[in-house]
Amino acid sequence: MNESLLRELVPAVIGVLVRRGADFAAAEDAVQDALVEAVRGWPDGPPQDPKGWLVTVAWRKFLDAVRADTSRRRREELVEAEPSPGPCGAVDDTLQLYFLCAHPSLTPASAVALTLRAVGGLTTRQIARAYLVPEATMAQRISRAKRTVAGVRFDQPGDVGTVLRVLYLVFNEGYSGDVDVAAEAIRLTRQLAARIRHEEVAGLLALMLLHHARRPARTGVDGRLVPLAEQDRSRWDTRLIAEGVDVLQAALVRDRLGEFQAQAAIAALHADARTVEETDWVQIVEWYDELVALTDSPVARLNRAVAVGEADGPRAGLAALAGLDPALPRYTAAAAYLRERDGDPVTAARLYAEAARSAATIPERDHLTRQAARLNARLRG
Amino acid sequence: MAKYLLLKHYRGAPAPVNDVPMDQWTPEEVSAHMQYMRDFAARLEGTGEFVDAQALAPQGTFVRYDGEGRPPVTDGPFAETKDLIAGWMVIDVESYERALELAGELSAAPGAGGKPIHEWLEVRPFYGEQATATE
Repeated sequence: MNESLLRELVPAVIGVLVRRGADFAAAEDAVQDALVEAVRGWPDGPPQDPKGWLVTVAWRKFLDAVRADTSRRRREELVEAEPSPGPCGAVDDTLQLYFLCAHPSLTPASAVALTLRAVGGLTTRQIARAYLVPEATMAQRISRAKRTVAGVRFDQPGDVGTVLRVLYLVFNEGYSGDVDVAAEAIRLTRQLAARIRHEEVAGLLALMLLHHARRPARTGVDGRLVPLAEQDRSRWDTRLIAEGVDVLQAALVRDRLGEFQAQAAIAALHADARTVEETDWVQIVEWYDELVALTDSPVARLNRAVAVGEADGPRAGLAALAGLDPALPRYTAAAAYLRERDGDPVTAARLYAEAARSAATIPERDHLTRQAARLNARLRG
Repeated sequence: MAKYLLLKHYRGAPAPVNDVPMDQWTPEEVSAHMQYMRDFAARLEGTGEFVDAQALAPQGTFVRYDGEGRPPVTDGPFAETKDLIAGWMVIDVESYERALELAGELSAAPGAGGKPIHEWLEVRPFYGEQATATE
């Protein structure tokens, strides 16, 4: 049984249970239990109607839980309600689940965990492994998140922006456990894009596809970080790039620009260059201008300074950098890069070493240390 | 979320406010201290922020490679070693501010006279995972 195919049914099945009168938290638990049974019991292939099977089993699990937990009266009410399949009119249950799991009352980490479980159908153990915390800790995070959204009405329209921020976090921040959370983020964003026509949903999907396409080239055999300029571009996934560019273009023609579309446009310009020399830095700077105008983000300004350094020379890049806060992450690394390009390897070596000490990840630290070592060896020689 | 190590020192940290060695406490005070630590860890598990907690015995030995085919050289323990780690707690929290807040609470564990020790704890960030969409 293809587990990811099975998981695609999860949000819809939760939706059916909620419409039949189950509260969200109990419905979500019941569907998880049914999933476990499905994975165990469908070794030779799914039944004719997998969704119907899941609904039946999950509903039974839910009633068992109600029977165990609460009064007989509540159970009888629900059993009486069972024959009616519930209204399944215009409201898209899966979409409602995205909104609920990214509700603004949740902290980002809670929203991420709840989205992966209730929309993605991952188990608590899988999510715990992806974020390197004990299963008990993740179980608590999820049950607290469920309590937080317990009072939220299921049919309220939600905010697409918060959903996108959660999906972006899922894409960007997972560790590599037995579940590829970046691929999961793409699956969830794709599913969302199929349900809602929204330029930024398309923008985020395009951004993910374009970054994911480069993933095989971003890491060397020994786990080292390979910077964009040095990547073996033949290892980029051209099929994903083509899809990302198509999705992005379809969004851009609707002329409602947002930050994810702008970021995707920058990623598309990189993807479009067969060699690093072919990179259209002038256009990339223009897109960074858009991004800065949209977000006013200091990180976007920093990246823009690096792009300016490529488009107009390192002096221009250093000038763009000069107005920024040196405490920004990667500020020192950017300064080191621009100094080296400007023909000042002594300063660059010192700055690379300094940047290595404040790096936030091990691959980045090691990369910056190697840069410093390379320059120092050249200076000695 | 970001992971932080809350590091507790036998030696090497500045002196706490309530600076009485544990063997001078009453047995009840020792028990109250242990209970406080257990409750703290349980509470963090409840908030979904707990990752790990371990305590280390003070006896340590330094070991190093001594060349092909030779047994490793050992040395120590060194009584004069500046720094001696007593244990740690690893937390996974939304922000640096939250890590400081929790370290502050842990430092309030009761000691002699049932009063907070005000022990200095070291807060160290873990390296994170490389983000996918930043290169």
